[in-house]
Amino acid sequence: MDHILSIVLFTPLVGFLALLFIPSSKPAAIKLWANIAGFAGFLVCLPLVFAFDRSRDFQFAEKVPWIPSIGASYNLAIDGYALLLVVLTGLLGFLSILASWAAIETRLKEYYGCFLLLQVGMMGVFMARDFLLFFVFWELVLVPMYFIIAIWGGERRVYAAIKFIIYTLVGSVLMLLGILALYYEHFRQFQVRSFDVAQLMNTQLDPNLQWWIFWAFFVGFAVKVPMFPLHTWLPDAHTEAPTAGSVILASILLKMGTYGFLRFSLPLLPDAAKNPTVIQVMAVLSIIAIVYGALVCLMQKDWKKLIAYSSVSHLGFCTLGIFALNPAGIAGSMLQQINHGISTGMLFLIVGVVYERRHTREIAEYGGLLRSMPIFTIVFLIAALSSMGMPPLNGFIGEITILKGAYQVSLWWAGAVVLGIALGAAYLIWLFQRTMLGEVSEKNAALKDLNAREIAVFAPLLLLALWIGVYPKPFFQVMDRSVTQIVELVQPGAHAGQMVPNRLASLQR
Amino acid sequence: MLHLWLIPAFPLAGFLANGLVGRRASKAAVNLIAIGSVVLSLLWVLKTLAALGPLEHTHIERYFTWFQSGDLRVGFDLAVDRLTAVMLLVVTSVGLLIHIYAIGYMSHEGGYYRFFAYFNLFMFFMLLLVMAANFLLMFVGWEGVGLCSYLLIGFYFLRHSATTAGNKAFIVNRIGDYGFTLAVFLIFLGFGSLDFETVFAAAAGRPVETSAGALTLIGLLLLAGAAGKSAQIPLYVWLPDAMEGPTPVSALIHAATMVTAGVYMIARCAPLYTRAPLALDVVALVGLATAVLAAIIGLAQTDIKKVFAYSTVSQLGYMFLGLGSGAYSAGIFHLVTHAFFKALLFLGAGSVIHALSGEQDLRRMGGLRKHTPVTFVTILCAAVAIAGVPPFSGFHSKDAILLAAHHHAPWMYWAGVATAGLTAFYVFRAVFLAFFGTYRGPHHPHESPAVMTLPLAALALLSLAGGYFNVPRWLEPMFPPAEGAHDALLVYISVAAAAAGISLAWLMYVARPGLADRLAGRLGWLYRLVYNKFFVDEIYDRALVRPCVEGSSAVLWRGVDAGLIDGAVNQVGMKARDAGSVLRLIQSGSIRSYAAWVLWGSVLALAALVLSRGAR
Repeated sequence: MDHILSIVLFTPLVGFLALLFIPSSKPAAIKLWANIAGFAGFLVCLPLVFAFDRSRDFQFAEKVPWIPSIGASYNLAIDGYALLLVVLTGLLGFLSILASWAAIETRLKEYYGCFLLLQVGMMGVFMARDFLLFFVFWELVLVPMYFIIAIWGGERRVYAAIKFIIYTLVGSVLMLLGILALYYEHFRQFQVRSFDVAQLMNTQLDPNLQWWIFWAFFVGFAVKVPMFPLHTWLPDAHTEAPTAGSVILASILLKMGTYGFLRFSLPLLPDAAKNPTVIQVMAVLSIIAIVYGALVCLMQKDWKKLIAYSSVSHLGFCTLGIFALNPAGIAGSMLQQINHGISTGMLFLIVGVVYERRHTREIAEYGGLLRSMPIFTIVFLIAALSSMGMPPLNGFIGEITILKGAYQVSLWWAGAVVLGIALGAAYLIWLFQRTMLGEVSEKNAALKDLNAREIAVFAPLLLLALWIGVYPKPFFQVMDRSVTQIVELVQPGAHAGQMVPNRLASLQR
Repeated sequence: MLHLWLIPAFPLAGFLANGLVGRRASKAAVNLIAIGSVVLSLLWVLKTLAALGPLEHTHIERYFTWFQSGDLRVGFDLAVDRLTAVMLLVVTSVGLLIHIYAIGYMSHEGGYYRFFAYFNLFMFFMLLLVMAANFLLMFVGWEGVGLCSYLLIGFYFLRHSATTAGNKAFIVNRIGDYGFTLAVFLIFLGFGSLDFETVFAAAAGRPVETSAGALTLIGLLLLAGAAGKSAQIPLYVWLPDAMEGPTPVSALIHAATMVTAGVYMIARCAPLYTRAPLALDVVALVGLATAVLAAIIGLAQTDIKKVFAYSTVSQLGYMFLGLGSGAYSAGIFHLVTHAFFKALLFLGAGSVIHALSGEQDLRRMGGLRKHTPVTFVTILCAAVAIAGVPPFSGFHSKDAILLAAHHHAPWMYWAGVATAGLTAFYVFRAVFLAFFGTYRGPHHPHESPAVMTLPLAALALLSLAGGYFNVPRWLEPMFPPAEGAHDALLVYISVAAAAAGISLAWLMYVARPGLADRLAGRLGWLYRLVYNKFFVDEIYDRALVRPCVEGSSAVLWRGVDAGLIDGAVNQVGMKARDAGSVLRLIQSGSIRSYAAWVLWGSVLALAALVLSRGAR
């Protein structure tokens, strides 16, 4: 168990290396091997779940010097929050490979290679406790994703891929500057070179410097989330990427942004994070994202673009929860990130299913699919309900927890959250009507319902959606210490909701 | 432990069974599962109530913690008190009758198993709604019944109008839920809990709010939720459209049970409303306005189901009027009797529609009492009940409400009486148009099978005699005592209004059949205004829906996203390319010039460093 994180991290890499030796002339073997490697990558995550100790913070730690001269080390460890994201990555990484079986016919080896490499990068981001190592994994994710969009994407794939990479690179550069500023300040104070996040936490930063580093980080993370107005790469990238690429992009890559805020911005820069101006800016941007994303969804004619914009709205909930800076907001945000991975992952897979059959994403091309694809329709309905926060499914729990956090800060925030929830129902239910109900046209009448492989892709996600909705307790328990740690740093003393002010009393005055 | 959870669990099991294997099962098997599960549920309700006896105290069973965040703990807790007992009996008994009826009504429809699966799922959520012991679990039921309503309105999913009506119901309800959700969290912030027991006990210790305060705000937000679910102004517009669903759905969900959830919820929150009289006043006003408006619209509708739909809206308004007047038990009493007679009206209408192979237009009916005698007699029972003819069920509950309204504000009583007259008129107008005169349609009407007429007969019995279930007496310990002495004169006046309505309908549609059309022609624009439902749908569409949808497309998406942000990004991209073409000149390939650049750069950087240090 000593090197379990390394095993999880490098299983996909081993899969990738072995893949290189399979001749390109054997597509079936490549697919089979990629699926085996993906499944193995998921299986090795499971021991983490069982061995995880809820009474401790970072665990499964591994630390080996990497570049001693500058104080960088190969330093891995996960807490409850990272654990959830790692397992989600393992699961969705595998499912997206499984979902590609029939969709991708060209350059198979490169395609699956990209996915396995991507998996390494994403796992690394969530495990790294060394800031430089984190940055390396962060950048590593970009490259395969760029190729996935640019090679296997839709018509405007080149534009989308370049937009994606430029946005994220600009963000990364600023983030790197922030990291270096932190590193030098730490060196100035302690005369020790270290990128170890645990050590960097000891640095005493004056609020002014925190302010600048915060905004440098902000650009890096906000582009990834994406927060309004840095979101316009997302509809293009999502729309043009192949299905599995969109799934990974939405389910995991976006979470890297929110993860960055929670892991670095808040704990390392608490004074900046609780600066009223910062909170206000973040809240306003989140609320704009929630409402704006939902409104823009209403009029989309492209099925995939609609789902893409819904991500903007949903991630707005997550960032709002983070900057509520209270236990409920942060716990809700973490859970909602997992939920979004599940629900939006499913919604993108759903578009993929019909795209594989019809090769169009125009909503108007569809209609009446309930006739030809009843099982598929039920899956879509559940995914949509989960995404719009219908109880007793997962989205409800996340939204209601964020709502509680938002309420403790401001009634206006809460009002915006609820407005977003109401609008979320509108665009999804309308999409459902336009695609699934009504008379079935000739072109759609002969479509085949989900096959066994496709059902296998959806089944675990559906189960998770129901599990989190009906019995979310284990998830909250796993996150509990992570939430408390962060809250204690940004609001010392406000431990786990014991200081909830009675707002009603103030209202009555 | 009385295993309360079994009550909703039976229909849930029925849903799972029919949903998973119903497709391949025979109709008999589907029936057995669907009806059987509701029968079991009803039996378990009876057993539980027998075991609990007089229910002096609320019986609560706590199963597990569903949701916990900080100090907010929400359990999967079910409870039965006297109010819940009433709701349980209504939901399971009327629900069972409608389930049985649906066997006959749906026998020729496709998606038979799907229908009964949804029906059972609805029963599950509805029972959860009335048994939940906290606000959040109640909200689960609340949303769940909304979902089933959506699915069943759009049951004929090939019809665009049906699926659009489903969307409308869903979205309008979501708007109402906006208020509900905000209220739930205000309650949590104010009372530190979402358990009914804790919240209401704490509320009992608070002073009555004489001016608008936190409880008033909570009351108004809850009212928004209730107005969505129970189709009150301004959110009533979804219910008439919901008639696109199969008729048993209209009877069960859109008349007898789900739409009364808002009434139940407000009655449940009586401890809050009692301390927020301003909010309670608004409840009464909204209820009264809805009752009057919907009754007027109901006068001119020609679709038999639409008449009854507006009647439902109107009667729900009555219930709100009762609640708002502080007579919570009268509101619930009317909920019960309304469940009987309105379910019967819809099922009767369904029987007529069934007899006429789908015809719903009153103008193409007539003379049906000879062809469908059982349906005729049973509908007549419902009609006298809803019209408030003594001693039938509607008379008792409506009078309880009117008396309370009189005590609250006499003008509300008079408006209520006028509405009672309108009610009697439009119901009997429908009855006379359908069953009297001569048949005006092309079909060969036939009476429905026994599986449909037997539930009609059972409901007819309940409609006639249901007024003698003394619901207000049973609920006495639950609510603050309703004030207002019994005044025989007020009763006579409302009965007279009913008699006038019935007589007028007789005059216009039986005695002098041409009169109605001449009157409509004489009144011209007024008639068109009513016939077109005061153009409320059109106004909502112009003022709210279109600006929202088109504005988001033109302004937000094309304007901000594509124009402003992407425009700026692309501009930066082009500027970068221009800059690149200039900077390319520096890329000379000569090592010496590179070295010079490095040197100059370093000097510049050093200078900047020194200067900035110096500045400090």
